[in-house]
Amino acid sequence: MSVAVLTLIVLAGSYVAGLVGSLTGLGGGVVIIPLLTLLLNVNIHYAIGASLISVIATSSGSAAAYVKEGITNIRLGMFLEIATTIGAMAGAMLALHIQTSVIAVIFGLILIFSAFMSLKPKKEQIHEPKSLWAEKLKLNSSYPVNDQTVRYGVQNVGGGFLMMLFAGIISGLLGIGSGALKVVAMDGIMRIPFKVSTTTSNFMIGVTAAASAVVYLQRGYIDPGLSMPVVIGVLLGALTGSKILVNSSSSKGLRWVFAIIVTFLAGQMIYNGWNHRI
Amino acid sequence: MNKIRDTDIQQIIGWVLRLGVIISMTIVFIGGCFYWYRHSGETASYSKFVGVPRFVHSAPGIWNGILTFRGRAIIQAGIILLIATPIIRVLFSMLGFLLEKDWLYTGISLLVLGIIIASALTGNAG
Repeated sequence: MSVAVLTLIVLAGSYVAGLVGSLTGLGGGVVIIPLLTLLLNVNIHYAIGASLISVIATSSGSAAAYVKEGITNIRLGMFLEIATTIGAMAGAMLALHIQTSVIAVIFGLILIFSAFMSLKPKKEQIHEPKSLWAEKLKLNSSYPVNDQTVRYGVQNVGGGFLMMLFAGIISGLLGIGSGALKVVAMDGIMRIPFKVSTTTSNFMIGVTAAASAVVYLQRGYIDPGLSMPVVIGVLLGALTGSKILVNSSSSKGLRWVFAIIVTFLAGQMIYNGWNHRI
Repeated sequence: MNKIRDTDIQQIIGWVLRLGVIISMTIVFIGGCFYWYRHSGETASYSKFVGVPRFVHSAPGIWNGILTFRGRAIIQAGIILLIATPIIRVLFSMLGFLLEKDWLYTGISLLVLGIIIASALTGNAG
């Protein structure tokens, strides 16, 4: 395939991946990796490197907007970044030693889990009772809702920290933002409001990805010729996605369609990994 | 003198992230144009992992490549700036916490920076 044809196909595919990733909240990385490896026969190391770069671009771009609105809990983000960066560093090291077929199988499993998570209804939860550690670390905060300031407390700091360590490892190993795992840590374990957890998770994704990108860069996993159309495509797709306002009823149907497609892709990744074709 | 507050830090962090993405993506795009102009007719294959071309694998190589308008060197420079963007963000949050005299979070930011640097230094090991 010529450079011109490949670049255009990857650009178009990445645009779709960015758009779907943004509309479903899955993130562009989980969609672009199967696209590159399954359809274009790209080596999974190159795919992971390129995906990681696109993850940094989209998360930094959208974090810029969220941070200014004052919803992001910067202290909570900074504190949990200790866990995610340690995890990402370990994950990137691990990726150098694990067989690519094993990486493909793990990727498929995480993909199915993320698709399942994207279908779960989100409800806003405010918990007042605060834990000792949250108090000490100044993690309890407030965020604006319709011109009013709502205060919330953070629960189970230790559990959330451990879950973030795992999210970091997965992010470093697979080159994705692992937003679904970060939301599990913050929504499920630390019990903070959904809006805060989504924006704070997004805020952390860039730093987490950077911690493993510095390893991948030196290992030659980040190829400029491939990363260029991926990062431009995913970023433009994500931008388009953020401009599209989907009303909640049609967005539910959309989520189902995407979840089925993503589960199919995940199955392909697991199948190919299992048979050592990746 | 006005006290530095959390909202000021938020504004600055927002700008750092936005500028980092805009500048690095512009560089990647410019590099992409040169790459396209010089190599679009060649064959590309990524099915086997062979690392990256030698001239984009070291800082001097990238620098020389930029001076001779080699597309992939320019793209790689843009990518490195993009990777640096969230790291610069951590640096700015650290300065913000320092000005707020929030020692705990100055330390936490410093720790996160230290982990990333450790990760960069051990990148070739293992």
